[in-house]
Amino acid sequence: MNYDTVVIGAGLAGLTAALRLTEQGQRVLVVARGVGATHLSPATLDVLGYVGNTRVESPAQSVASLVASTPDHPYGHVSEAQRGAALAWFVTRAATALGYMGSVEENLLLPTALGVPKPAAFAPRTMAGGDLRAGGRFVFVGFKGFKDFHPTLIAGNVARAGLAAPIAARALELEPPASGRGDLSGRVLAGRFDTEQLGDWLVSALEGRVDPDERIGVPAVLGLRSGDAAWQTLEQRLERTVFEIPTLPPSIPGIRLFNALTSALRAGGARVVLGVRAAGARVEDGRIEAVAVTNATGTVSHPTRSVVLASGGFASGGIELDSFGVTRETVFDLPLAGVPDTDHVHFEPGYFDSQPLARAGVPTDDLLRPVGGGGRPVYPNLHAAGATLGGAVPWKEKSGTGISVITGYAAAEAILRPAPVPMSESAR
Amino acid sequence: MNYLIRDSLDHCVKCTICETYCPVSQVTPLFPGPKYIGPQAERYRGAGPSPDSSVDYCSGCGICTQVCPQDVKIAEINSRARAKLWEKRGIPLRNQMIARPTVIGRLGTPVAPIANWALHNRAVRRMVQRVVGVHRDAPMPSFAGRTFQRRSRTHHGPAGAPAVVYFHGCGTNYYEPILGEMVVAVLEHNGFRVVVPPQDCCGLPLQSNGNFPAARTYVRRLVGRLVPYAREGLPIVANSTSCGLMLKREANEILGIEDDDLKVVSESMYDLCEFLLRLHDRGALRTDFASLPLTVPYHAPCQQRGHGIGKPALDLLALVPDLTMIELDADCCGIAGTYGLKKEKYEISMAVGKRLFDDITASGSDTAACDSETCRWQIAHGTGVTAVHPVELLYRAYGLGGRRQPGPVPAAHRATPVNG
Repeated sequence: MNYDTVVIGAGLAGLTAALRLTEQGQRVLVVARGVGATHLSPATLDVLGYVGNTRVESPAQSVASLVASTPDHPYGHVSEAQRGAALAWFVTRAATALGYMGSVEENLLLPTALGVPKPAAFAPRTMAGGDLRAGGRFVFVGFKGFKDFHPTLIAGNVARAGLAAPIAARALELEPPASGRGDLSGRVLAGRFDTEQLGDWLVSALEGRVDPDERIGVPAVLGLRSGDAAWQTLEQRLERTVFEIPTLPPSIPGIRLFNALTSALRAGGARVVLGVRAAGARVEDGRIEAVAVTNATGTVSHPTRSVVLASGGFASGGIELDSFGVTRETVFDLPLAGVPDTDHVHFEPGYFDSQPLARAGVPTDDLLRPVGGGGRPVYPNLHAAGATLGGAVPWKEKSGTGISVITGYAAAEAILRPAPVPMSESAR
Repeated sequence: MNYLIRDSLDHCVKCTICETYCPVSQVTPLFPGPKYIGPQAERYRGAGPSPDSSVDYCSGCGICTQVCPQDVKIAEINSRARAKLWEKRGIPLRNQMIARPTVIGRLGTPVAPIANWALHNRAVRRMVQRVVGVHRDAPMPSFAGRTFQRRSRTHHGPAGAPAVVYFHGCGTNYYEPILGEMVVAVLEHNGFRVVVPPQDCCGLPLQSNGNFPAARTYVRRLVGRLVPYAREGLPIVANSTSCGLMLKREANEILGIEDDDLKVVSESMYDLCEFLLRLHDRGALRTDFASLPLTVPYHAPCQQRGHGIGKPALDLLALVPDLTMIELDADCCGIAGTYGLKKEKYEISMAVGKRLFDDITASGSDTAACDSETCRWQIAHGTGVTAVHPVELLYRAYGLGGRRQPGPVPAAHRATPVNG
């Protein structure tokens, strides 16, 4: 098949780019080795949470100064207006099913499953009620048998987090109706909320046990297909603020986000193929004419006008470091920036130290086109987005989902509305 | 290759993405999930069989491998572990029987009216459940009586046209020969001469029931039938997505067969819709489709997704005027070949399929499309709608069935409804 754009990668960056292009009338193919990082993500939009060790209060302001001091940061290739447009589009047009709340002007402060206050610009509305900034009284509720979610731990850590406004937190552990399983995963619990009306049980288990001014934090397992509705019902019936706390993987809110984006893609006629691998390109006159994709027996070449590379960083195999210390981009063997020379240190001994290799990635121009020596685009119709890009340390900055949405959208815009070619260049 | 498949478990980062997709572990605690039973348990298996038999509850749908972002061959590892388990314990008679569709087909075909009566008779089925262990409500197709092989012997295609080889599989041969005739008609309409070599089972049911030696014998015999054509450079098309996948990938990756004949056949294999879409890409597919004012939900079976070819049926059917396809996103219908026939697994298989059945029912359509035969029988059983191969819609839109539109529902599609 002929496509307008082939997107490589089905994480948040790839899906965002694909959906923007599909919405604008393009015929899009998404290919990926498997499901992307959405399933491991809390589904908050983390634009910028930390600069160094300082927690960011206003991402809009801090991004502006970050870009000024670190011009090779992915945000440095996207204008402020386009960063805002990307987030606004994502929240109001792309992932509407999650009902995102928040703003780029100020970070919410949401408790993690360890009770750490984590900054995020936007959060699904099922989570937004957990904002700790105003302080107040909280009840954290756990489900017996559900691993790695301990309300006592959360309550203790939230209370001692040293936030400006005073917080009182306590824990409750409830026993869900028997299911015949010794071991409850988030996915199994969410399935039970979808099909067994566990919401009814939760209401009756909490009735009379929570004061009117207490907010109720529950693990984010209120349902995969009907989580948002279940959350609404809980708030109405309990007449309290209820909020979900993202759990260790699998992340149900992340799966909801993946499902919302892929179902919009399907409805728009895009194709999403998982379990395959992009394996290079056919190049003519310096342009990518087709992307080679593996299938069960070999490779098929998909002719396309543009390509978005959103194959991820080290964690997803978009960039590899081999046992000889050689780092490479795995699909097109693109030039990388930020890789220490082989005789320099790649890793510092402390896990949380500033790691020299962490900023390595694909360098681009302002149309997010990977560039080689001299800053010229490697291919004029190849754009990169998400964790493939160098210059950021997303896990430390708390910027991963923000970078994915903003650069995914910007890559799509660069394809849809390429800048007019300067006269000097078109005359050549 | 054998080592590479098993060694892929070292790529597992325990992200649990496979566990979130496993349709079986969602509905039963008897299967602890693909990560747990695959890359984790495999480390403890060593040379001997699995010390714990829960791997037998894996249905073999293969979704775990498709969604794994680290290329771990989870389903393949589990399939091999299951075979080792049964090698040690001895495969039950029931599993030996239901895994040999060619034998069943040969026995049932000459006595089709009696066999069909028995297959759909409540008392007989209750007895079969007790004695053999095949669930009394499991969906059963009907023997057509006259095989596709027999019918094709008297059919003469256009001489001189370019040839395409048709691997029809057992489902088409014994139960749905009318589907085979539609495939031939659609290919001939597009200017091909269809070659139907003698053929029997690909060995897939034996593979999924853990009898690898017998599966290897079947697949080698089939490859022997097909390889002369493949060596001539002729394309081979299959309408059964799971049997096609067996030749494309699983005989090598699961059964560990590495020989040149298999390789040549694999590289010549196309899923039917994949083949037709490639024709269209070259501008060589006829598009003289009549209007087909229907709305039809489409389920791409798990094994179809394993081909890594996208959903060519949807791209093809988009060419038919007034036909609206609804792309369903439920993962699995639950039957997984012979899995849902077994009395201890039938309920699991119906629970897995529930989401798909509900979505099809909610669509309000009386027809659903799906590429794989056992999945179609399961869908018909779970919903009461008629389940057709996508090529049947193309066949109708080409007007190849004459004036009667739409054609009568072939008997095989009328599997027993749930409460029948």
